[in-house]
Amino acid sequence: MSEPLLDIRRLKKYFPIKSGLLNRTVGQVKAVDDISITIRPGETFGLVGESGSGKSTVGRTAIRLTDKTEGEVAFKGVDLYALPPQELRKLRPKLQLIFQDPYSSLNPRVRVGDAIGEALLEHGLASKDEVRDRVLDVLSLCGLSSYHIDRFPHEFSGGQRQRIGIARALVLNPELIVADEPVSALDVSIQAQIINLFRRLQETNGLTYLFISHDLSVVEHLCSRVGVMYLGSMAETASRDDLFREPLHPYTKALLSAVPIPIPKLKRERIVLKGDIPNPANPPSGCKFHTRCPFAVARCAEERPEFRHVGGERYVACHLV
Amino acid sequence: MRDLLTIENLRTHFFAPEGTIKAVDGVSLRVREGETVCIVGESGCGKSITALSVMGLAAGSSGKVVGGRIEFDGRNLLELDKNELRTLRGHEIAMIFQEPMSSLNPVLPVGEQIMEPLIEHLKLGKKAARARAIELIAQVGIARPEQIANAYPHELSGGMLQRIMIAAAISCSPKLLIADEPTTALDVTIQAQILDMLRRFKAESNMSILLITHDLGVVAEMADYVVVMYAGKVVEEGEVTELFSHPKHPYTKGLLRSKPILNHRQDELYAIPGQVPNPLELTVSCYFHDRCGQCMDVCRSREPRLREAGERHRVACWLYEEAVAYV
Amino acid sequence: MSAISGGLPAADTPIARKESVRTSLWALALRRLLQNKLAMAGGIVVALMFAICFIGPLFSPYTDNKIHMALMNKPPNWKHWLGTDALGRDVLTRVMQAGRISLTVGLASMVLSVFLGSLLGAIAGYYRGIADQIIMRIGDLLLTVPSLPLLFILGALLSEWKVPPEDRMYIVMLLLSFVNWPGIARMVRGEVLSLREREFMQAATVLGLSARRKLFRHLLPNLVPLLIVIASLNIGGAVLSESVLSFFGLGVMPPTPTWGNMIDAANNLIDFQQRPWLWIPPGFCIFATVIAVNLFGDGLRDVLDPKQKR
Repeated sequence: MSEPLLDIRRLKKYFPIKSGLLNRTVGQVKAVDDISITIRPGETFGLVGESGSGKSTVGRTAIRLTDKTEGEVAFKGVDLYALPPQELRKLRPKLQLIFQDPYSSLNPRVRVGDAIGEALLEHGLASKDEVRDRVLDVLSLCGLSSYHIDRFPHEFSGGQRQRIGIARALVLNPELIVADEPVSALDVSIQAQIINLFRRLQETNGLTYLFISHDLSVVEHLCSRVGVMYLGSMAETASRDDLFREPLHPYTKALLSAVPIPIPKLKRERIVLKGDIPNPANPPSGCKFHTRCPFAVARCAEERPEFRHVGGERYVACHLV
Repeated sequence: MRDLLTIENLRTHFFAPEGTIKAVDGVSLRVREGETVCIVGESGCGKSITALSVMGLAAGSSGKVVGGRIEFDGRNLLELDKNELRTLRGHEIAMIFQEPMSSLNPVLPVGEQIMEPLIEHLKLGKKAARARAIELIAQVGIARPEQIANAYPHELSGGMLQRIMIAAAISCSPKLLIADEPTTALDVTIQAQILDMLRRFKAESNMSILLITHDLGVVAEMADYVVVMYAGKVVEEGEVTELFSHPKHPYTKGLLRSKPILNHRQDELYAIPGQVPNPLELTVSCYFHDRCGQCMDVCRSREPRLREAGERHRVACWLYEEAVAYV
Repeated sequence: MSAISGGLPAADTPIARKESVRTSLWALALRRLLQNKLAMAGGIVVALMFAICFIGPLFSPYTDNKIHMALMNKPPNWKHWLGTDALGRDVLTRVMQAGRISLTVGLASMVLSVFLGSLLGAIAGYYRGIADQIIMRIGDLLLTVPSLPLLFILGALLSEWKVPPEDRMYIVMLLLSFVNWPGIARMVRGEVLSLREREFMQAATVLGLSARRKLFRHLLPNLVPLLIVIASLNIGGAVLSESVLSFFGLGVMPPTPTWGNMIDAANNLIDFQQRPWLWIPPGFCIFATVIAVNLFGDGLRDVLDPKQKR
């Protein structure tokens, strides 16, 4: 096994809940609660979960876009949180993020060419003369035309803006791209274009992805390993083949069985979960999933299951496995 | 089965400073009693505007129904006056929306919002209405209905609110439920619960459902009959199994192939090239022609009509024009 | 655009490849502003007002402040279109000269208060923490005191200190900016707070851009539309406040004319009933300027305010 590109160890990120006149902290939302992920070069790690699972927060803390509460994040062996700001800034081009909302993630007053090229200049990765060529190259790589370079974001559709966002990250030759729900704001036909682009770029540029999504069919299509999060904790991680063929955690099973499949009259066994996702500010005791789990036993409410290795590349946090 | 809702040649246009947007342009469809019809399409195709037109909600500051007929249970909805329409809405036709949070009044307890149509349409007394509201909340699968009835919208999750919306919608046993992307804002596990529930209510009360969605998975699970829209027009329609197994229009085919399916792996997804045309710049043509792999000369200059292409299966595409001529 | 046109500019398709498509947000805003008839009317009135006040006196034969006893209180006639005042001076000329002062005071105090307010507001919003607390609490303090009584007190102090009348104009500017900046700072701070949370600011962090570049290239340009709107709406308020101060004899002092002190000079029953040419022209000028500036500002807000979705 090769050395990990990104090593997230026992990461915790708590958000304070403030209330009252004096803005006192009255509690904490454990958005990320003891998560470990190892991502190897060239792979696509899919992080799935429902709203409130903390998957986006993992993505942002993984590249130190927000501060952590506890734990370590090492990029090629360098502890990101130990770096002084200037060093971190120099490292930024290697760690890129692609946003969910292609509208708010582009500055409306900056031309596309400048938005893509400015970081190149800023980091001295290209001279003024070279920038335009580099930008044109990356535009065509992302399926955009050269005449788009002088236009403003508002002249583009959602799908094209997402391509611009990808181009902006790609021009810096990143090693890791965190993609936070990059296709969920797009229409089906445009989704397919962007998913194919992600895949092609991985082949041509040897990229590594942390791909965050709530859409399991997209994750299955794109990812080599998958982690399933529930209320800030990791329920299960496994290779794609294992996870989709034989999910071990009851939550993964329920999640997979809930995905609507575009084949009419398909008979399948469905595990319909009871109730709603609990409030992340006040998660259930023991195993956080026990309130909705169809297989829960007394122990699940009392004792938090350990996230343990169960052979191969599989890790599961469940008492019953 | 009897036709409950018949839409004929509906045209709803929006008037922007830049020009006229033909959001719905000559759409016809039928919903029969006890049937679930899905309108599927991408954003901007006019599927939501079609539904809003039925409710009489599309006409606003800039929008107007400029032509067509909407016949519901023997009455032309476009000719009803405001009062008649009001007694129909929420009573015989109910609607639920994508964002339950914004369709509920934030300063009223949810129980009272379910009681409103009961008092208004069924003329129930306050006490009876409250008892019925609590019953309905229990029916949509919410535990502790008495307490939840007193809760305000902001105290409940999105999934709970959508259930409340459904409870309010089915409170007067409507003949038709229009659901505009009812599960798009919800998580998959919650979506599964809501869809299950809608199916159950439909089976119990012989209610018809007009479901608007962009998700082909939801369509496959829910629909009896499917209408595919593109740029304000119906491009194909048919029974769900027929349409999914033998799609005819290149757009429908493309849509079906471009979505990754769980446990059906493929190396490269099929992607429809290009994007939806600018609604202000449409010319007489098949609106899909510039994205179509089988585009012919005629597609660029003439608009194809919806034609029979099999048992309860219609398509608007020049590729099938000759074949139809022989039938 | 309305919600239904999700797939707007189809820039890949040849039909959309028009030259006009290559427009910045500024050009778009200007085009929309030109279509707004009410705003344009306001803009034209403001421009005319400036032009007449600053150029008009150059063509007037009555620019001296001399007293002509023979010409006292004459109603409008061919020689004096708007009549003469109690000292025999031409009212039209004085209205134009007063306009110079009133508009200059309005413009200058606007510039000063917008500068002060946006600088302090931006600092508070961008750095937050202790700077934010200090700036905003001082601002709150000023906002809790009603500005008119505060101006009266300060104006009265000025009279006490015997400030020479020529300098009072500048003091009035300072006074007006002093009471106006907190409101502006509050708006700017709110905008900066929301801008810095926008995803493109996060994107700038991810790209590793320097703090300077983030501030000057990404944050401030997005603040400009708000500032333009605030500035335009502020002129009207400043013109009005100056008039009020001068009307009460606490602002700019005669013989330097302003619209406010011209009305004040006619502040007696005889003038009011029998010599309307003394107070209607300056009153109308105040009224027209303030309305026109506000119409124009509202129009600007409609086309520029980032919070109003297209």
